[in-house]
Amino acid sequence: MAENAETQNERVGRHERFRGDYPIVVEGLVNRFGEQTIHDGLDLKVRRGEILGVVGGSGTGKSVLMRSIIGLQPPTEGSIKVFGRSITDADPDEALGIRDRWGVLFQGGALFSTLTVGENVEVPLKQFYPDLSPELMHDIARYKVLLSGLPEEAVNKFPSELSGGMKKRAGLARALSLDPELLFLDEPTAGLDPIGAAAFDQLTLQLKKALGLTVFLITHDLDSLHEICDRVAVLADKKVIAVDTVPNLMELDHEWIQEYFNGPRGRAALTAQALDELRQHMDQPIAAQTIKALDNPRPKKDKT
Amino acid sequence: MDRVAEFSIDDRDDGGRVLALSGPYLISSVAQIEDGIYAVEGPVARIDLSDVSEIDTVGAWIACDLAREHDAEITGASERAQRLMDAVCGMESDAETSAPREPLGQRIFHSWSQKIYGARHGTRGVIGFLGALILAAGSVIRHPSRFRGKALVRQLELVGVKALPIVGLMSFLIGIVIAQQGAVQLQQFGAETLTVNLVGRITLRELGVLMTAIMVAGRSGSAFAAQLGTMKLTEEVDAMRTIGIAPMEALVIPRILAAILMMPLLGFYASVMAIIGGAAVSDLMLGIPFWNFLQRIQEVVPPYDLYVGLIKAPVFGLIVALAGCYNGMQVEGDSEQVGSRTTMAVVTGIFAVIVLDAFFAVFFTRVGWA
Repeated sequence: MAENAETQNERVGRHERFRGDYPIVVEGLVNRFGEQTIHDGLDLKVRRGEILGVVGGSGTGKSVLMRSIIGLQPPTEGSIKVFGRSITDADPDEALGIRDRWGVLFQGGALFSTLTVGENVEVPLKQFYPDLSPELMHDIARYKVLLSGLPEEAVNKFPSELSGGMKKRAGLARALSLDPELLFLDEPTAGLDPIGAAAFDQLTLQLKKALGLTVFLITHDLDSLHEICDRVAVLADKKVIAVDTVPNLMELDHEWIQEYFNGPRGRAALTAQALDELRQHMDQPIAAQTIKALDNPRPKKDKT
Repeated sequence: MDRVAEFSIDDRDDGGRVLALSGPYLISSVAQIEDGIYAVEGPVARIDLSDVSEIDTVGAWIACDLAREHDAEITGASERAQRLMDAVCGMESDAETSAPREPLGQRIFHSWSQKIYGARHGTRGVIGFLGALILAAGSVIRHPSRFRGKALVRQLELVGVKALPIVGLMSFLIGIVIAQQGAVQLQQFGAETLTVNLVGRITLRELGVLMTAIMVAGRSGSAFAAQLGTMKLTEEVDAMRTIGIAPMEALVIPRILAAILMMPLLGFYASVMAIIGGAAVSDLMLGIPFWNFLQRIQEVVPPYDLYVGLIKAPVFGLIVALAGCYNGMQVEGDSEQVGSRTTMAVVTGIFAVIVLDAFFAVFFTRVGWA
């Protein structure tokens, strides 16, 4: 009975935000392509309101995991629940009820090339809420584009007229168009210059705070992991071998994790972060510095 | 919890009229009230959000928009509502979401004038490509060691050997159709034995080679354009250049040579298959025995019909391969171009073949090979 009540509680009504603790629950996931096994009994729980970074070597199935969760890749075995509803054996109508609650940013942006950025953002709106007036749709499209940090002129440009970083932002605007509770980002900073990548990280963080998003972030970018991720899930040996904060992960005794975080690039990212923090307080007296550091600890520290 | 979004206007003692919103203000629920709430006549002093149960950025946007319109103040916002409003308010813009469109008349005019103006690039491109091809051919002839034998053999297989089944089947069926349809017409004059002449001459002179050229344009011309186009996009062509391999020598010449060499063989094979198809139908429908049909072919078809076909074939092969390779090498920018260039390769290839065929028809008749 108690369990029943809990599942009731974890399911979401039409106008209700998800109140459960874990919007994504993956249990015993197995993905097999022919002879090749990508995932073998993978478990993962994503907490509400966190930015979960997903890392792993090439070919460990990070993208396959994301595709499984969003229902593009039916898993061989195992169960995946999003907002308490099963993706794996949901009837199509139920699955549709989840689809308007998440946004996905694919690696290349995956913008529809024949539509302008604004029209791209309107596509999900028209698909799910055809009753909205065109004026309101245009309004929504415009503020989502601005919210994603694009300039106003970008609204009526075609994707081919945008740079790589702008395409990613436009893709993000489309992912945000339905006001999702859950945001999937597949290597959002790959291929961006360091300044663009840092700006995108900050944007992700701001949006997460402002809109109360839960973010599933696949990344190779060590700076993103240090800067914005609340927790990091490590994919190796066909499983999620650890989910924890970066400092805790660095203590773990696993060959790949050690190489990843304590390798030359991992250390460089860590040093850079420490330097960043120092630089922020450089022009202040030491006391104010300490107080400020105590008052506004970096977000990822107070969660540990 | 599944209440709908509602709004009401109260006159309160403390400060004029209050627009009170209640229920969920979400993207999924605002459609019903949107028209009504924007039709509210001012003045409104305050917008009260205290009864709003759920809100997202769309709800926050509407609240902000109303506040701006009525110059009203927003009260009773929950912490979340305030956060969302902070994020989206002030993001109003009047930029057009669709691409600017010109009136239809101007658009037609513009697209045509652009086509005509752009044609000069096309002309220059074709001439440049031909020039580069001739230079490459010259350098390969001077340095035969640079010739890519393996690539040529591979292309011979792809263009010729792999095409045998489909070209054979197609020609066989065409032979059947010509014989059957021809026989029906010729029977009206009691001249059904002339079916042999019809099938033999038309396939060897015209259809065998023409249909094969169309098939090769569809199979290989398109493949050339798509392969070379993709190689250009992935910078393979540039990589070749930096290593010192001329793409013209390594990629284009083997493909063009393969098409030139295989077209006569395929064309002849196609004609033979068509004659076999015609013979089979004549055996069944007209009672002309199969072997008699083949014997009659030798008597009624002049040898120059075969020459006409065999002379045209390599020219068609050259045209089809040129169209494929030229369009492939023109790909630049995005993957969409690979598609459009492949289409263009097939269309221009087939079109040029048919136009040339008409010239050949007149030419050979004039020189007496009628």
